[in-house]
Amino acid sequence: MNRRGHEKKFGRSDQLGRDECLRSESLTKSFGGLEAVRDVSFHIAKGERRAILGPNGAGKTTFFNLVAGDLSPTRGKIFFLGEDITRVSCHRRAHKGIARTFQITNLFFNLSVLENMVLAVQALEGTKYSLFRSITAYPHLYERSMELLAQVSLDGLKDEMIGNLSYGVQRQIEVMLALTKEPNLLLLDEPTAGLSPAEATMMVKMLKKLPPSMTMMIIEHDMDVAFELAESITVFHFGEVVAEGDKEAVRSNQTVQEIYLGFK
Amino acid sequence: MSKRWSNTLFVFGAFIFFLAVPWLALGIVGSTYITQLLVQAMFFGIVALSLNLLLGYLGLPSLGHAAYMGIGAYTVAICITKFHMGIVPACLMAMLVAASAAALFGLVALRAKEVYFLMITLALGMLVWGLAYRWVSMTSGDNGISLVSRPQIGPFPLDNINNYYYFAFAVFCLCFYILYRIKISPFGHSLVGIKESESRMRTLGYNCWVHKYICFIIAGFFSGVAGILFIFYNLFISPSTLELITNLEALLMVSLGGPGTVAGPFIGAIFIVFLKDFVSIYTERWLIILGSMYILIMLYAPNGLMEAFKIVRNFFFRKFFSKE
Repeated sequence: MNRRGHEKKFGRSDQLGRDECLRSESLTKSFGGLEAVRDVSFHIAKGERRAILGPNGAGKTTFFNLVAGDLSPTRGKIFFLGEDITRVSCHRRAHKGIARTFQITNLFFNLSVLENMVLAVQALEGTKYSLFRSITAYPHLYERSMELLAQVSLDGLKDEMIGNLSYGVQRQIEVMLALTKEPNLLLLDEPTAGLSPAEATMMVKMLKKLPPSMTMMIIEHDMDVAFELAESITVFHFGEVVAEGDKEAVRSNQTVQEIYLGFK
Repeated sequence: MSKRWSNTLFVFGAFIFFLAVPWLALGIVGSTYITQLLVQAMFFGIVALSLNLLLGYLGLPSLGHAAYMGIGAYTVAICITKFHMGIVPACLMAMLVAASAAALFGLVALRAKEVYFLMITLALGMLVWGLAYRWVSMTSGDNGISLVSRPQIGPFPLDNINNYYYFAFAVFCLCFYILYRIKISPFGHSLVGIKESESRMRTLGYNCWVHKYICFIIAGFFSGVAGILFIFYNLFISPSTLELITNLEALLMVSLGGPGTVAGPFIGAIFIVFLKDFVSIYTERWLIILGSMYILIMLYAPNGLMEAFKIVRNFFFRKFFSKE
């Protein structure tokens, strides 16, 4: 494939020569008259860690919903690993390797920790359609779940109902559910929201341990967390991207300072 | 004594009890009256168990579920009287038609959730009622269809109520076992996941609609099987069976017994069949009694009779079997 053909399929590569992971072209989502996301052209390279910042109502979560497929865009296109996924349904995107967590903890609250994990592990397998064999006849589901829980030393809590656990543990499991199959693109919607400083530090440690090949987008209000996890930053305001670049560039950006500190 | 063992013991005990019912009824009460009521509880139990797939596991309240029982019953009656088919092909047709009706209705109903699902299934149930009422050339309308006699299985004529009871019990056990297997299967677990959080299931990679659709068809199929037991027991079907009240009773059986539990809906079915019969001796307005029972259960055991039963069982087990 010549260079142009390569670019057409995989988009442009970034300064480090990494291929593109996700690209959106003038992506727009309107709810009635309100354009929650407006003309966003976004680009993230494979293995990049990107923080998405912006005040409340800036359209960050809506943008995540568009990427994950929970919402379909009013206009614009989304490309994932060189493939147009604009019309691909949410669950098909999960199979292509897009995983997400939710800002508001979204777990199976009346099931045990282990059952939550098992549901996540079998999500990308054919066994989920099996009707007449007991779920316990698939030990690999349980083995994989226990392995994942052991990584964050939650294996001791496997039989506890999620609803009975502390918020910090729930947030951890929220992230673990997205990691069962090592996704290509991980979307984290405020992973540390509502956590105590100690719990937040643990969460950051856990996220830092993830393999470097995994592309990650993080919505975060906690600047320390954002700057620690991400190498580059995109700032949303009123549904538009107002600044993008590495940490220093964004920090010194005039518009960003205005948004966060008020007009001078 | 572990919970697993106490469950096994309980199921075994219940099995023996139901096998002994015809003798007990004759010996103690001196009539087959209770046996007859239990036969009704069997087929309503199957309807309730299959509705439990929707209400208990998926959290979708269907107010048109007895319609599939009616479809099954009508199909048997029409196949035998109008098309002069044999008993076995007629029964197979009944299951096929009920499942196909569910497959068709599911396309419409599964677009909605919660109370909207309730309204759509209600409308579809009434559609079936209207069809039975108006399609006179096929269903004889208001007059209904009568069958002449019950079939014979080997040396056992099902006209004998005790034989019919065992036949219904066998069919019931088979349905119960299959539905139980579905509950503990990966598919059954996925259904519970969808009830808990559909958006999470979607982002994990489940095609929730396909799961719901398959579940809806399975539920319709088993309700159709109940229709077969219904028609050979009553030997008569008319549009009045398809009225709203039958659908409502099915829904109440599940909520009373305990949605999402394995045996709860069956217990609810027994409870309602007996209560209905007992109360209607004294008053025609038995729905008032049923309604107040329902309110009481919702207030004091919102997860149904199974929950109340578990509370009592745990109390006694702690009392008699714990070592402390």
